[in-house]
Amino acid sequence: MSQKTETKLIMHKKSNFLTLVLLIIATYFIAPLAWLVISSTKNTTDIYSTFGLWFGRSIHFWDNIKLVFQSDNGIFINWVMNSLVYSVSGAVGAAILATMAGYGFSKYDFVGAKMMFRFTLGAVMIPTAALAIPTFVIFSKMNLVNTRWAVILPSLISPLGVYLMKVYADTSIPKNLIEAARIDGASEVKIFLGISLRLLMPGFITVLLLSVIGVWNNFFLPLIMLSKTELQPLTVGLSIWSGRANGGGSGNSPEFQAAVITASLLSIIPLCITFLFLQRFWENGLSSGAVKE
Amino acid sequence: MAKDGIKASKQTGLYFVIPFFLLFIGLLVVPLIYSGYISLYKQGLVGGNRFVGLANYAKLIQDPQVISGLVRVVTFFFMQVPIMLGVAIFCALAIDSGKLRFPKVFRILIFLPYAVPSIVGVVIWGYFYGKNYGFLNQVLGYLGVDSVNFLGSQSSALGSISNIVTWQFAGYNMVILYAALKGLSTDLYEAAAVDGAGSIKVAWSIKLPQLYPAIFLTLIFSVIGSFQLFVEPYQLSTLAPTVVNNYFTPNVYSYTSAFLGNQLNYAAAISFSLGLVIVLVSTIVTLLGRRAGEELI
Repeated sequence: MSQKTETKLIMHKKSNFLTLVLLIIATYFIAPLAWLVISSTKNTTDIYSTFGLWFGRSIHFWDNIKLVFQSDNGIFINWVMNSLVYSVSGAVGAAILATMAGYGFSKYDFVGAKMMFRFTLGAVMIPTAALAIPTFVIFSKMNLVNTRWAVILPSLISPLGVYLMKVYADTSIPKNLIEAARIDGASEVKIFLGISLRLLMPGFITVLLLSVIGVWNNFFLPLIMLSKTELQPLTVGLSIWSGRANGGGSGNSPEFQAAVITASLLSIIPLCITFLFLQRFWENGLSSGAVKE
Repeated sequence: MAKDGIKASKQTGLYFVIPFFLLFIGLLVVPLIYSGYISLYKQGLVGGNRFVGLANYAKLIQDPQVISGLVRVVTFFFMQVPIMLGVAIFCALAIDSGKLRFPKVFRILIFLPYAVPSIVGVVIWGYFYGKNYGFLNQVLGYLGVDSVNFLGSQSSALGSISNIVTWQFAGYNMVILYAALKGLSTDLYEAAAVDGAGSIKVAWSIKLPQLYPAIFLTLIFSVIGSFQLFVEPYQLSTLAPTVVNNYFTPNVYSYTSAFLGNQLNYAAAISFSLGLVIVLVSTIVTLLGRRAGEELI
């Protein structure tokens, strides 16, 4: 990089060179997504025979969309609905539990609180993969395998969410506010619902958002727990379709490649939009984790 | 009255925590212990499990498929993580430097791949890696370079997977690091600027050292992610089944043993050991990080 930044006054002068370097880096991150958008307008022949970052000989976007929604008797809609059900119920549950627990750890010192919190923190390190097989065995004994509960239940616990909410409650709710309410005779539940919850809202939304992403993108858990295709979320559904398109044969039209690409595009739109609009929240969430460590 | 209130409130705290904690015990602690328990058994041919002690563990430390998978994820860790964190640190410092045009746009563009499910990332990059018609070989063709088989050997497949993971997670790490940079006090930069330090010098000698705790946090996340590698090899195996085989990583091997090979107990032993390795490596990284932090002060 150039050394022309000698004096303090130039500190905030914009650098074209640095901007260019970042532009090249950003191209690397965006090109695959641009390719996905452009390819969703092509038929399979054009996907393979025309330049990836420019449009094909004709636009097939609506044909592809129809293909996505009609293949396998419209199972794509099932997958979308499943992903919605799993991520909304899992994430709302996880965020409520994490908010209550984080608040409890932050504002009360009951017997065992320190130990329980330490346990929770330690669990952040435990890889989910180590839990999947034993959870599968336990769930199959309880007849939960191949039900929606098998995906929702494990999504309900978010040790990281509890940690974030405790940190958030520490800084956002003054202890004397709670004590004042107590002196006024408010019950603990009323204090939580009436005063604390409102102050905790930004933290709650952050944890909610992080959990939605986690569950929406989850692959390993539903893959193991569900063998019925109609119960799968989008991620596993796409994997099935993509594997079939790559494997060839099994009675697919060659247009199936185009369906896989268009389905992939449709599956990322909801989260990308959420991210763009709720930027403040996820950035806050990630930062409170980073600053505290 | 007030004293009673505070006494009662101490118990109330437990009620706030208990719903989470019961599920935590049931869905995290119990499966973990149960995993250790079933790994001590072996499925009999006639049905019914029999206790075999540590036999599954004795088997796995000599199992070439376990060892090659472990070697592969360790190689992956040393190959991929420095590049990913290097890119993340560079971008975070650049966006924080105040010298960039449109810093907000860059931040969101670089972060966006994190919002894409891993499986979609693999699908896209799978089309990029195609031997004959893939996008990357299209570009190489225009440049007059011979086509490259990105999934042709195990080492090139590992490199291709590294690239997918870097693409997906560099932005996530960048946001964590950028947030840590935002939390630093600006006094030092101003003092350094008065002393005539350029922004590169400020980034290198003042910001970077203060970023170490956040870097170690991202390093621990990377340990956990690398050793658990699953989605990428699982999905790429449909493109190159003989190269990205069913024991490519310990997690893929554990999955195939459990669900295709019907060896649940052995699979539990593999994932339990993998969990131990991850906790061990993360602890070592934490200790090294703490020591590095002390030396700095």
